[in-house]
Amino acid sequence: MTESAPGPAASAHATEVHHGEIGIWRTYIFSTDHKMIGRQYLFLGLFMALVGGFLAYVMRWQLAFPDTAVPGFGFVGPETYNVVVTMHGTTMVFFVAMPILLGAFGNFLIPLMIGARDMAFPRLNMLSFWTLAVGSLVLLSSFVVPGGAASAGWTGYPPLSARSIYTGVTWGLNLWLLAHAIEFASFLMGGVNFLTTAITMRAPGMTFFRLPLVIWQQLTAAILFLLSVGPLIAAAVMLLMDRIAGTSFFVPSGGGDPLLWQHLFWFFGHPEVYVVMLPAVGFVAEVLPVFSRKPLFGYRWIIYSTITAGILSFVVWAHHMFLSGMDPRLAMPFSLTTILISVPFAILVFAMIATLWGGSIQFATPMLYALGFVAMFIVGGLTGIFNGSAPANIQVHATYFVVGHFHYTLLSGIFFGGFAGIYFWFPKMFGRMMNERLGKIHFWLTVIFFNATFFPMHLVGLGGMMRRIANPLQYEFLQSLQPINVFITISAIGLALAQLVFLVNLGWSLVAGRKAERNPWQATTLEWATPSPPPHGNFDALPVVYRGPYEYSSPEASEDWLPQDRLLVARSG
Amino acid sequence: MLRWLPENASTYGGDIDSIIAFIYYVTLTWFVITIGALALFLILYRRREGRRATYIKGDKLSEAAWILIPALIVLLLDLWIDFRGADAWAKVKLRVPPADLRVQVTAKQFNWEIVYPGPDGQFGTPDDLQMDNELHVSVDKVVRIALRSKDVIHSFFLPNLRLKQDIIPGREILAWFQATKPGVYEIPCSELCGFGHSGMLGHLTVHSAEEYQQWVREQWPSEEKTSTRRLAKGDNHR
Amino acid sequence: MKTHAATQAISGITPGKIAVWWFLASEVMVFGGLIGSYILARLGSAGWSAEAAHLSAPMAAINTFVLLTSSMTMVMAFAAVEKGNDRGLRTFLLLTILLGVAFLGIKAYEYSSHIMAGFTPSTGPFWSFYYTMTGLHALHVLAGIIINLSLFVMARGRLVNGHRVELAGLYWHFVDVVWIFLFPLLYLT
Repeated sequence: MTESAPGPAASAHATEVHHGEIGIWRTYIFSTDHKMIGRQYLFLGLFMALVGGFLAYVMRWQLAFPDTAVPGFGFVGPETYNVVVTMHGTTMVFFVAMPILLGAFGNFLIPLMIGARDMAFPRLNMLSFWTLAVGSLVLLSSFVVPGGAASAGWTGYPPLSARSIYTGVTWGLNLWLLAHAIEFASFLMGGVNFLTTAITMRAPGMTFFRLPLVIWQQLTAAILFLLSVGPLIAAAVMLLMDRIAGTSFFVPSGGGDPLLWQHLFWFFGHPEVYVVMLPAVGFVAEVLPVFSRKPLFGYRWIIYSTITAGILSFVVWAHHMFLSGMDPRLAMPFSLTTILISVPFAILVFAMIATLWGGSIQFATPMLYALGFVAMFIVGGLTGIFNGSAPANIQVHATYFVVGHFHYTLLSGIFFGGFAGIYFWFPKMFGRMMNERLGKIHFWLTVIFFNATFFPMHLVGLGGMMRRIANPLQYEFLQSLQPINVFITISAIGLALAQLVFLVNLGWSLVAGRKAERNPWQATTLEWATPSPPPHGNFDALPVVYRGPYEYSSPEASEDWLPQDRLLVARSG
Repeated sequence: MLRWLPENASTYGGDIDSIIAFIYYVTLTWFVITIGALALFLILYRRREGRRATYIKGDKLSEAAWILIPALIVLLLDLWIDFRGADAWAKVKLRVPPADLRVQVTAKQFNWEIVYPGPDGQFGTPDDLQMDNELHVSVDKVVRIALRSKDVIHSFFLPNLRLKQDIIPGREILAWFQATKPGVYEIPCSELCGFGHSGMLGHLTVHSAEEYQQWVREQWPSEEKTSTRRLAKGDNHR
Repeated sequence: MKTHAATQAISGITPGKIAVWWFLASEVMVFGGLIGSYILARLGSAGWSAEAAHLSAPMAAINTFVLLTSSMTMVMAFAAVEKGNDRGLRTFLLLTILLGVAFLGIKAYEYSSHIMAGFTPSTGPFWSFYYTMTGLHALHVLAGIIINLSLFVMARGRLVNGHRVELAGLYWHFVDVVWIFLFPLLYLT
């Protein structure tokens, strides 16, 4: 790979702007500084997580104690339940996971880690955040319109979603589609910014194969999103036309085909889950070497696996549709591609475990979460094999087995990977340390309640419990499983309460945490060469990079860490 | 974990269950190995005074072999699972055996409308019989179901028979089963179909051979070929 | 007035160009999704060519010519600004804008004649696709016109550089290329 070489003129562009000069609005609200925008995404995502989490609580209460009033909410009728289920999924995937994992961390870390002063397009960056904020408002507004919010599942299958007569929801579904469109625009802008920045603004010496894995994962996620969202945008336009212009793209009575939606949705849907997963993989890949004090094992193999998984993700989509009524012969090729995709992820997991071998491991909170990610992701990945095998899929499709599977895979990302990232980069983002004891308590509570909540779902799923039902007691064959549903609900409430520990830690640390030094973790990547938090313009002088990002316990240095930008005297890097 | 599966009462249920079991044992083995290695390394390689971590990057093939060879084993096991699965899938979804009994099931918000062809074996004749949510068959007979929907996507699910098939409005999809045990089994809908999705429920009654004949005689008393009692609505599909 | 990022360009591949290409890649997937759906739906049903016969291929051919010419004028606008010819820049930008407006005008005339003949989006699946595909394309043409209009206005105050015209041109050519696909798929089959 050629080295990018911005001239010395670039470092003279140090855009040091003092806060007093530009005022509160430009500093905190309409900032073009990637770090502030990253923090904005973080807080927006955390706020929407409260909304999504509350919806999960309502759903779980109704399942465990059907037709009792949910404390803090009231009775849940069947229409309301469908709204809760739908909006929980939509909120969490598009308005929590992507904003935090991509918007917050991507924005904050990419310029810092590549040695740049900001993103390639700072104003576009600001626009992308505010677009998402508007999209979030549109989504929330759908709760209060006549007819209520969308209730056709986060997957929105027509004809249920295409004609209001089937759900009774009118404006709610239109606003739901609009919120998606706005959110897609936001992430398209962000993705273009990420890619352009990483391609054109790397510091001298920062070749592609010296980039921290976080950057590789953010870039792959951006590319996957850019290339996969198009068909869903097309489908959303068609669904909107079906709803408001009387067309019948997806309605058979007018000559349409409901399966067309499913193909377009899942063509996007599968790459989308990797868009959510890969950033978290990146965080874990950063944290493991730091707290093992040895290089990430198989850096290149991890990159090749990531790219392979990304490409494969475009050819597995119909594993969501084995039983959909599409030609059953299609199940075989899609089973094959699906099962193949476990290979790159296996390499990834093995590489992460191998990183620990021979290490000098410290169990700080970020490391606990990174290790938790590995373990939870293993479970999620393994249960995926049941879903990906077409005959096994017959029994588990549309049951809680699938719900267990995707919560293990997605939440290993957003919970364990996300918290690893938050605890690890909090000092850099906010200039203070989080409380380590509270962090450890948060971890142990989370990991215990997480498994208690989601593992039993595999069991009730195997027992046949369908998704999206409001009352399991309506079915005789599910009666015996009800104690497990109650157990899951209680665990879920425990999981939610455990997050209070995090919120308390977050709030307290923001105002009164111990001030953080530049490099509290003694890590090698470029962001740790800046003050905590970095000023506008990030670096005093733009760094020059001499080596890869994981030179821990290198024989070339007496310390057990060798920063990317340290010039070694009497040796070339 | 496998004991959580509902009791199997169908011929191909055994094939599906054995695939599930195969996958279970393979994944359980991987779980033990990987979590075991993870736990072992965490114990063995805790930070200790005076010990520096091993500087190994895993880029060289000799080192990377430690992760590539296990990945190759994963691949081979995956392919094995897939090939065995292909047989089971073909048996259930591709090779439909000749039918002994035929029914039409039309799903609508929020009922299963079940139409029997009657003793003449033809649909669309006066002896057709429609029952809502009640499917009666004989044990050990191949039952072929023509699935249709009047409105949105539903999904015909028989947990005890390992049968699940989404139903798309505007087309007819065939499914089949052969029950091995008499009993009454529930038929939930397993695709979100509106506010009545939860509770949309039918019942499959698998009769022994004698009981089934009895049931047929009750539904179609032979003297009353032109009786108006429970005359079919005819072919009420689009 | 080059942006900060533009100063760090390697061998003429500016950040702006990279950004626009990635954006266009995502747009290809949007139209690809629509066009692919149309092709598959059409292959699976009969009678669509009878519906398509109600469209006016000659009018669409004129529109194709209009759009192709506008791409040419866009290239000439870029050539003019590179040579420092401000007057040429404004002239060719204006021509591009007018041709774009002409395209939309002809399209509007087409739509209204279809609707008066009773062919609305809900008339049948062919018409649903026709209106949706050409409608989405028309919105993109409109966006391009607005972009070019902004450049035109900025050019009067000498605020436009060749780079921005080039980027706008990339987008405009893309919109043209999409039409090159839509025209035969909808009008000529």
